[in-house]
Amino acid sequence: MSIQVGGQLSSTQKFWRFVLYTLLIVFAFVYMAPLYVMVVTSLKSLDEIRGGNLMMPPLDPTFDAWVKSWSYACVGVECTGINKYFFNSFKMAIPAVAISTFMGAVNGYVLTKWRFKGADIFFGLILFGCFIPFQIVLVPMATILGKLGLAQTTPGLVLVHVTYGLCFTTLFFRNYYQAFPDELIKAAKLDGAGFFRVFWRILLPNSLPIIVVTVIWQFTNVWNDFLFGASFASGDAAPMTVALNNVVNTSTSVKEYNVDMATAIYAALPTLLVYVLAGRYFVRGLMAGAVKG
Amino acid sequence: MASLQVNNVIKRFGDVEVLKGIDIDAQDGEFLVLVGPSGCGKSTLLNMIAGLDSITDGEVLIDGKVVNAVHPKDRDIAMVFQSYALYPNMTVEKNMAFGMEMRKIPKAERDKAVMSVAKLLQIEELLKRKPGQLSGGQRQRVAMGRALVRDPKIFLFDEPLSNLDAKLRVEMRTEIKKLHRRLGTTIVYVTHDQIEAMTLATRIAVMKDGILQQFATPQEIYDRPANVFVAGFMGSPPMNLIPAKIAKNGDGLSVEIATADERTLRLKLNGTGKGLSAHVGSDVLLGLRPEAITDLESSDSGGDIQEVECSVEVTEPTGPDMLAVLLLGGIEVVSRMRSSANVHMGEMTKFAVNMSKAVFFDTETEERI
Amino acid sequence: MSSHIDRPAATRGGVLGWLQIHLPKIVLSPTLAITGVFVYGFIIWTTYLSFTKSRMFPVTKWEGISPHVKLWANPVWEKALENLAIFGILYIGIATVVGLILAVMLDQRIRQEGVIRTIYLYPMALSFIVTGTVWKWMLNPGLGLEKLMHDFGWASFKFDWIVNSDMAIYTVVIAGVWQSSGFVMAMFLAGLRAVDDEIIKAASIDGASQPIIYWKVIFPLMRPIFLSSFVVLSHLAIKSYDLVIALTGGGPGYSTALPATFMYSQTFTRNHIDIGSASAVMMLITVAAIMVPYLYSELKAQKGVRQ
Repeated sequence: MSIQVGGQLSSTQKFWRFVLYTLLIVFAFVYMAPLYVMVVTSLKSLDEIRGGNLMMPPLDPTFDAWVKSWSYACVGVECTGINKYFFNSFKMAIPAVAISTFMGAVNGYVLTKWRFKGADIFFGLILFGCFIPFQIVLVPMATILGKLGLAQTTPGLVLVHVTYGLCFTTLFFRNYYQAFPDELIKAAKLDGAGFFRVFWRILLPNSLPIIVVTVIWQFTNVWNDFLFGASFASGDAAPMTVALNNVVNTSTSVKEYNVDMATAIYAALPTLLVYVLAGRYFVRGLMAGAVKG
Repeated sequence: MASLQVNNVIKRFGDVEVLKGIDIDAQDGEFLVLVGPSGCGKSTLLNMIAGLDSITDGEVLIDGKVVNAVHPKDRDIAMVFQSYALYPNMTVEKNMAFGMEMRKIPKAERDKAVMSVAKLLQIEELLKRKPGQLSGGQRQRVAMGRALVRDPKIFLFDEPLSNLDAKLRVEMRTEIKKLHRRLGTTIVYVTHDQIEAMTLATRIAVMKDGILQQFATPQEIYDRPANVFVAGFMGSPPMNLIPAKIAKNGDGLSVEIATADERTLRLKLNGTGKGLSAHVGSDVLLGLRPEAITDLESSDSGGDIQEVECSVEVTEPTGPDMLAVLLLGGIEVVSRMRSSANVHMGEMTKFAVNMSKAVFFDTETEERI
Repeated sequence: MSSHIDRPAATRGGVLGWLQIHLPKIVLSPTLAITGVFVYGFIIWTTYLSFTKSRMFPVTKWEGISPHVKLWANPVWEKALENLAIFGILYIGIATVVGLILAVMLDQRIRQEGVIRTIYLYPMALSFIVTGTVWKWMLNPGLGLEKLMHDFGWASFKFDWIVNSDMAIYTVVIAGVWQSSGFVMAMFLAGLRAVDDEIIKAASIDGASQPIIYWKVIFPLMRPIFLSSFVVLSHLAIKSYDLVIALTGGGPGYSTALPATFMYSQTFTRNHIDIGSASAVMMLITVAAIMVPYLYSELKAQKGVRQ
């Protein structure tokens, strides 16, 4: 965007470029610091933690804390490690993401390509659901889950996440399909494709980018959720975030910071991995989440 | 192959009437062009013929059968879209065969049909590619191929050339015309480009604001536009419309044009005067095509030529011919003549006006008299 | 022409024809039912609960306005609102400024821009619980930042905000800004990239310097992005729950209580579902006051573009 005149930079320009890069690097260090601290602390022994400081690299790196977190750490009263909860989160996230993404795709299709009277109002009503503070649904949801026998279960959490993820997935697909040429749908209709055939054969095969965006967004949100997990599945079915919080707050005689950090890494790893592998799509989801299509 | 009739068709979106009673009929094998400015309802009408839009009132008949309630896929029509609407996820081959696949035609038969059309359009080497790998002109061909494969009763074209650059557009225009001659299938073609309409059509329907303005052959529309709108819309530069008065001139009639210095310019009406006697003394618009006003040497020999002296305001040589803006009486008019005409800016020159080509419009109703 | 697709002519009558016409609505109906019950039904339910005698369990016995009166008389609620104001203003303000600065810096044809951008944005991929856990450790008065500074030779350095009830709320701000400013940066960067190059060329030919171009030409063009990021951040602030729980647990005492933590503890640990519900209603009203006009204008603008 800045306009460069000629190839050579003047000395004042060079000075400002230097300042600019210095600032950018300083900021980069600040942003990286917590991740760095998390990793090095998890690799230190408790003695080394007490003796050294935050930034000091581990002199004698050990994965003891990682092993302990995975297999022995106390989550509340039970000391069997966080492995169960780690898998709980996957068992919750995979169906929740799949179902809500699929439903969102169908909804987006109907709302843009089979518009009926009042479609815009319906969409507005669905959309508002994305933004309610979930505190407003906690007590009724707990009651209903209890009645359905889904309290403290993973399927219960799947239901909750599908319910409150739907509006976002619908939003994403609607905005994407809005830009999808209507003429293609018309052509398919002339070719003899009906409601479902247009969706399966024409729309879905051309939706890969938005499917990726939606899956990443939903996975990140579901995995990172704490409120629903803590409210509806705090026991054996608890997701990883709830387990992390429990590990950190379980009072033991000695505070094991290295184990806390190792647990935090386990909790962060899946979403961080997704972010590193598909950052572009992650950013697009963030943008779309701000309603801007 | 089939005939097409549109009987008093009306379309309303909510309270807005988009089409206000359209009557058109095209015979078997006709090339019908719907032309008009954007928003005139021509695309809506095409969609209704295709069955993609519902018909509020009136009837559409294909081959003499009312198709109002027939699903688009059962109307035996094929359509070429402005954006080509090729399915991006399918190869050219699959695109072309998709309609047959939906109709459960066996694969061998589909392949055969695709191959023969590909040969006809010379797109055999594109069959395995996806639309994203094609140029605009190639996509256009594939879109036509997809329509041709179906061997429908009627082809519908929705501004198929408007996304091409000027040179390609002219090429494809010729190609479409050749195709029509070869296949003889009825075509309904929507465009906003009056040159496309003139060159392609056997008959043109000029539309504006949901109303059919004129439905006639290209020549008829050019020579005898039904109203001021058609006169202005068809032809480039458009027909000159000159405010004038009809007066009695001995036994015959003449038309009087006011000049800047409050005199009047008088043009005799010989053969063209018929039917105007009722309008003696009233204001009319005199319509003259640019090529009906020329330098003396290149005037039509057969017509009713009258000489008028005009001042030349601007000359615009276009290459093959020359346009000149003249003051005819007090009014600026555009004339078209051969490029070698001896006409110069700022001079007073004698021009030939071919009054046998003149048409007259009522100032009030804007209809042709 | 408009992108409106009309319903095509139906072929068959009877059941199939009916299905064909109503299929879109049938397909949409599960979502409508879910939204109707789980969003709007629950809003009404919770609102109703806030006027009942619900304590440990939700009951339907009418109590009237008294839970709301009790809510507003509760000092913790008062503290929670005060904290929300402090947290909201600082969190939104600082995240916006930092995000904007980062975006403008990254917009200067930076080498390795992709890497740097990735670094700034990764916190957004983390759970607030992870963020809270890490920052809690870093801000640990004994072994954290304080010790680091001492080791660097700054012996008098003292940083005990996290255990200081007057200052603890600011640690929430720090962690929140760290997590969200990258998101603001990404939004602004996208906005900066979308600005028409020719406008900038025109401005520089008119003799405007880089800072003036940003200030007078580019930023005003990005008003919609300021608005979007404000809406997203304020929405996050009002809903903030996880971060406080992981970082301070609402303490020391109740010094970092926020409406969300207040609601949770009233409802699930203090057996006051009535008061908890009343606070949830207040939260909803606050969010709605921001979101409804925003969504309305967004949808209207989209509609305008379509036609």
